[in-house]
Amino acid sequence: MALLEVRNVSKNFGAIRALMDVSFAIGPGEVVGLMGDNGAGKSTMVKLIAGNFPPSDGEVLVNGEVCHFHKPIEARAKGIEVVYQDLAIADNLTAAQNVFLGREITKGVWPFRVLDKQAMIDRSAELFAELKSETRPRDLVRKMSGGQRQAVAIALISHRMPDVFAVCDRIIVLRRGTKVADKVTAMTSPEEITGLITGAILAA
Amino acid sequence: MQHKPPQSPETGHAVIADVAKIKEQTILQRILASQAFWVSVALALLVTYMSILQPSFGTVDNVANVTRNLAPFGIMALGMTVVIITGGIDLSVGSIMGLVAIVAGLFLTWEYPWYVAFLMGLLTGIACGAVNGFFVAYVGMPSFVVTLGMLSIARSLAVVLSGNQMLYKFGPDAPMVKAIGQAKWPVQTPGDWIPDWIPQFSSHFWVMVAMALALGYALNFKPWGRHLLAIGGNENAARLTGVPVDWIKFLAYVFSAFTAAVASLLLLGYNGSAINAMGQGYELRVIAATVIGGANLMGGAGTAFGAVIGAAFLEVIRNALLMAGIDSNWQGAFVGAFIILAVLLGMQSGGKSLIAATVERLFPKKHR
Repeated sequence: MALLEVRNVSKNFGAIRALMDVSFAIGPGEVVGLMGDNGAGKSTMVKLIAGNFPPSDGEVLVNGEVCHFHKPIEARAKGIEVVYQDLAIADNLTAAQNVFLGREITKGVWPFRVLDKQAMIDRSAELFAELKSETRPRDLVRKMSGGQRQAVAIALISHRMPDVFAVCDRIIVLRRGTKVADKVTAMTSPEEITGLITGAILAA
Repeated sequence: MQHKPPQSPETGHAVIADVAKIKEQTILQRILASQAFWVSVALALLVTYMSILQPSFGTVDNVANVTRNLAPFGIMALGMTVVIITGGIDLSVGSIMGLVAIVAGLFLTWEYPWYVAFLMGLLTGIACGAVNGFFVAYVGMPSFVVTLGMLSIARSLAVVLSGNQMLYKFGPDAPMVKAIGQAKWPVQTPGDWIPDWIPQFSSHFWVMVAMALALGYALNFKPWGRHLLAIGGNENAARLTGVPVDWIKFLAYVFSAFTAAVASLLLLGYNGSAINAMGQGYELRVIAATVIGGANLMGGAGTAFGAVIGAAFLEVIRNALLMAGIDSNWQGAFVGAFIILAVLLGMQSGGKSLIAATVERLFPKKHR
């Protein structure tokens, strides 16, 4: 059974048709790349799966169960995590605070449940060490270089989706709101994918 | 010292501290970098200076007075801080004070028990805050516009409800209301064990202290505080990482109105009467206190301690000007000047303080 299935999904923003009848399924343990040119509908697709807005048509299934997400938090409850690189960093917070934003570790008993700052700092330090980054958990993101910010964003990814660093098993290509390809990585080439993205190859 | 290559041998890439020239801040550095700390220093100097210059300034009675006068502003500055952290502003707090005082005053006039009157007052304040919060957080209107509208609405309602009369014929609970507003602790009686140099702090002051401690706790140790700061820093990021942005912003305005209601009820008790003009123009002083205490009007920064210290600073300045015999009409000019100064000191421009950046712009360094 597919872990995540997108079935005949369309999304309209007024007259703009961002996605048109897109379907695909992702199995457990699979790492899938979603590719496409600017405006192809990648972000719309991801935001839709993550529950930022519901589809205009079609449905999203998680573990075979039809889900109607209206808020990111509902999708998260089903185990869907999305990491947006630059957008998802608040530069007035420290690296550790960013890595754990929205899912802070707490300790104690309600109503005295408090942030477990040390645990979050230690865990982010481990993540940065794994990434071979010199980023320190207590540094403010505002004072960081672009590269360091990237490290924080990647730490966010690795914290929330531990095996995303594995090479994709499969690549789905979107072009102008429509799915044009769904290929196993081993069966394709960068040239083919590029062609699919630009429209030089119509579909595969 | 030997020249250090940009690439460290162990990691195979540049060490951040070498490249970006940033060091992890120690606690002392963090304190020194905070505006609230420097305002505290300025406040301490001002108090010391005034105590030496004016013997009547440092008396226990004056200390009790000053701490009571600043408390309503401090209490409201706590609420304002929360709103300003989210990047918003609440202009309606002064008017909400007036409306809350009139509503509570009416219930007292109708001879309801004091707790019913106070509860209705608090609910009125919370309702105003909920309207503000709804339009700002859920409809997405600019907070400036919404709270400016509420400033007008709440004041107008207060005038209408009061029939433009002062309310002072409170029912049987009038003494209780006064007792709450005028309570002191510790109470000094001749010949007791409490040393005479301890001022008789007012209930207003203690309420402010309790609320500041509660807010400081929530801002520092609760996910709520973290989320609030994240919203002010990058609302989009907060939303995408699953922070309930709308709800937290809504609560910020409710909390701000709640603090205005608390301040209003304390002043109602202290005065023993309710007038619809209560709190007129207070929003400016509250915002000033908040900003002087280090809250960033662009959002993302602010502390409970800063709110209280900002309110204290303004009140001490006011008190000092009065004692120095300066015409009280000058107070507005001083408050205004301190707002500009505080924002100037707190502003950052490309990682440097604004002052350093301005000096560099006026006197550019020649290329070497």
